[in-house]
Amino acid sequence: MENFEPVIVAFCCHYCAYTAADMAGTQRLPYPANVKIIRIPCSGKIDTLHIVKAFEKGADGVYVAGCLEGDCHFKNGNVKAAKRVAYVQKYLEEIGLESERLEMVNISAGMGHRFAELASTMTEKIRKLGPSPVKAAAAL
Amino acid sequence: MITAERKPLEEIIEYIKPFKRILLLGCNECVTVCSAGGRKEVGLLASGLQMARLKSGTDIEIQQHTLERQCDPEYVEEIVSMIDGADAVLSMACGCGVQQLAMRYKEIPVFPAVNTKFMGASERQGVWAERCQGCGDCLLGITGGICPISRCAKQLMNGPCGGSTTGKCEISEDVDCAWQLIWDRLKALGLTERYLDIMPAKDWRSGGGSGPRKIIREDLAE
Repeated sequence: MENFEPVIVAFCCHYCAYTAADMAGTQRLPYPANVKIIRIPCSGKIDTLHIVKAFEKGADGVYVAGCLEGDCHFKNGNVKAAKRVAYVQKYLEEIGLESERLEMVNISAGMGHRFAELASTMTEKIRKLGPSPVKAAAAL
Repeated sequence: MITAERKPLEEIIEYIKPFKRILLLGCNECVTVCSAGGRKEVGLLASGLQMARLKSGTDIEIQQHTLERQCDPEYVEEIVSMIDGADAVLSMACGCGVQQLAMRYKEIPVFPAVNTKFMGASERQGVWAERCQGCGDCLLGITGGICPISRCAKQLMNGPCGGSTTGKCEISEDVDCAWQLIWDRLKALGLTERYLDIMPAKDWRSGGGSGPRKIIREDLAE
């Protein structure tokens, strides 16, 4: 458990969080390598199946990062994403996974600092929760 | 369409507990439209079951497939080759689909993964509401296109009851009074005189009152 390095998948909207990650890099802000970024054209493109599959394939934590409320490039993709995240959180509980392993966050393209901070807090949170029980069982 | 909702995962897991190889079958018709048992829901359920079983330390092999329609024998026939590789079938179709499978494949247990709800229409994205109870003797031509059988809690035939307040039903503020809707519509259409016709008590024989119903089209039936 001490050496546990969580695998975290971050689905990042091209117009905000992905650009914020870029900015974090340009500003030379360190953030944990545990976070694997997947660029999506809008957080509203995220499907419940993408999130569930990420957990099935071994993610310990997942977060969907969309634009600040009211700032979605496609009007309300981030609001739709938040609803889907809430739906999957309930499903995870049914499966027997902690719903805290999944989060929806809102961020703007200029928030490089915030991106790095979020990546760190999510990594710390998942580190405390421990490995996903699914992954732990699969490893046995 | 026929609407449905996925059963609680716990119930589904309990059904398939003794089995290792599961054939999970979706349906491309009604349950796809109401997001209960189409290809995507099959994927979601397969993933959830896989994780839940891994967690409990038991192996599971899930074969996923979605049929064009589970309520027609010709489509159900398609899975002949898959059945041999399964210990049980889990169907995400409505009750008709589940029964069609159970009738065709007698040697393998078939379990439902959804609860079939009602015949409904889509009110808006993600919202479905009951619109028809299949009473077998449609009244919509008399009631302005609004059904008092499926939309009135008491299935009244001759106007509202005393529980109708400001257009809402006494059972809930979220439920419109069907007879208020009918009256408003007849008024808008200039057909209010129809409201005065007394409708006789409904003959429920066509609505399932005389046992399971069947339609036989002599020109089509073989």
